[in-house]
Amino acid sequence: MLSSDMIQLMWIGLLETLYMTVVSTFVAYIIGLPVGLLLYVTDKDGIKPHTAINQIVGGIVNILRSVPFIILLVAVIPITRAIVGTSIGSTATIVPLVIASAPFVARVVESSIKEVDRGVIEASLSMGASTLQVVYKVLVPEALPSLIFGAAIATTTILGYSAMSGFVGGGGLGTIAINYGYYRSQSDVMLVMVALLVLIVQIFQEIGTWISKKCDKRIK
Amino acid sequence: MYCTLKGPYRKIWAKQGGTTKQIALVLDEFIKDVFFAQERRTNMSKSPIIQIQNLNKTFKSGENTVMALDNINISIERGEIFGIIGLSGAGKSTLVRCINLLEKPTSGRIIVDEQDMTKLSERELRKARQSMGMIFQGFNLLMQRTALENVCFPLELAGVPKSKAKIRAKELLEVVGLTDKENAYPVQLSGGQKQRVAIARALATNPKVLLCDEATSALDPTTTQSILALLKELNQKLGVTIVIITHEMKVIEQICHRVAIIAESRLVELGTIDEVFRNPKTTAAKKLLYPQGEHVEKFTGKGKFLRLVFDGSSTDRPIIANMVLKCGAPVNIAFADTKNIDDKIFGHMIIQLPDNPATVQRMLNYLDEEQITYGEEE
Ligand SMILES: Nc1ncnc2c1ncn2[C@@H]1O[C@H](COP(=O)(O)OP(=O)(O)OP(=O)(O)O)[C@@H](O)[C@H]1O
Ligand SMILES: [Mg+2]
Repeated sequence: MLSSDMIQLMWIGLLETLYMTVVSTFVAYIIGLPVGLLLYVTDKDGIKPHTAINQIVGGIVNILRSVPFIILLVAVIPITRAIVGTSIGSTATIVPLVIASAPFVARVVESSIKEVDRGVIEASLSMGASTLQVVYKVLVPEALPSLIFGAAIATTTILGYSAMSGFVGGGGLGTIAINYGYYRSQSDVMLVMVALLVLIVQIFQEIGTWISKKCDKRIK
Repeated sequence: MYCTLKGPYRKIWAKQGGTTKQIALVLDEFIKDVFFAQERRTNMSKSPIIQIQNLNKTFKSGENTVMALDNINISIERGEIFGIIGLSGAGKSTLVRCINLLEKPTSGRIIVDEQDMTKLSERELRKARQSMGMIFQGFNLLMQRTALENVCFPLELAGVPKSKAKIRAKELLEVVGLTDKENAYPVQLSGGQKQRVAIARALATNPKVLLCDEATSALDPTTTQSILALLKELNQKLGVTIVIITHEMKVIEQICHRVAIIAESRLVELGTIDEVFRNPKTTAAKKLLYPQGEHVEKFTGKGKFLRLVFDGSSTDRPIIANMVLKCGAPVNIAFADTKNIDDKIFGHMIIQLPDNPATVQRMLNYLDEEQITYGEEE
């Protein structure tokens, strides 16, 4: 049986994981949403094509996306130290999580926006909408269900990343799984960690799907 | 009197309970409308609202360049319903999209309401676009907004306060007959209803011009009729100039005053419906107007073939029957394609005359008497 200390530890781990995931997702969206929109707008078929911006931003996104998270995690330690003061613990882990997931979020956003019917964009331009108006009055609201669905995917991906950060003392459920489940071979702890992670992913995904459907007016 | 009051008048009338004192209000509105209509009519004598001058448009896709429009010149008068017809790929959509500069002309000028659209700054262009409505084959409504919110949309873009926009949007939904659907989302509307919302939306900013790109092509015949009737009514009531793009003859026949035929990127004919449909000059136009026609070479037999052209003046007389009776010899109708426009007959018919020269002469005399245009077919 798990000791009450262990359960206490797991509870804190759970809260840490949720904290990392939610804050990282939030910050990743603050960066990734505008970048994704920028990628869409400046695309050669976008509403304001701009090859240079598109290729530079797209290039950065691709480079960051191609670095495996576990390597990025270690590589950005100096940056993390500079920002947070330490590279250990859940707050510190938010930095690599954001760096790794913002480009991912940007692509997820871009692909959601691409689903918006060209005709609708055309119609708003014909009514005299500016580029900015098209973005916040047409692209975002029209793609909202898809954006929310994408956010659920992003959240669960970031949750997975946060667990990985356990290897370098990132805190949360990941750290517990590694310290107890792996180094001390406490398979019961490992099992509970895996179960918890699966459960959280399920919950996030279900909530995302539900809200996405709920706000989609295309469903009769 | 009550039942003849329309829209806003009726509202005022109803609100005031029809007291004598307030009849003045209704009259006031009425006089205002009459006055504006008059003003619009005087405007019609002014310069054309749309002038397309030496318009060229080429698309570059990789190595290839496609010439979509080749030196188009068209003037569209204020208050008219102008049709543009052509086969698929002729360049019709490109042409309307050039009018509001959704497509940037490669060369040439687009003058709308005395403003050269190609010379405007981005801000001025957006302003100019607000004075032009556009409707599309696919309706292009915002799927996440209700009908009312869709109609509010162009007003929001123009910076009209929300509450004001809402009042105006309600008025417009009433005009297009959709008061009961204001809170419906596009997915809950039929095609015809969606197009009505789109029309209301296009009219929200009081545009001088309404551009319609295949606005009825996705609708069934009955719904098409009702949408065309609505457009005609809006043209008469509001004096809005309407440009209609279509590949359907029927649409043009029904509501257009003048028509331009576009074939393979060029303007091949332009004129009133009567002129163009009575006597299409170019093969491209003939092909479009009479898609089954022009297969005369298939006809065989000894007698001469004669093409009769109906120009709308011979409605009430059964020409062929009378000719047969009068000349005492039958004719063979080899081909006929006639249309009824405004209760006048337009089109052409190919008949095979008898072998007897004397009878033929009598028949030709008869046609001359009846002032029917005819020509011999090979
Ligand atoms: N963005 C584009 N890039 C390249 N070619 C284009 C583009 N838009 C139109 N074209 C070409 O220009 C020509 C005219 O197209 P347009 O859409 O104006 O035809 P249309 O008369 O409206 O046809 P339809 O009745 O099928 O709508 C076609 O050959 C088309 O392939
Ligand atoms: Mg077209």
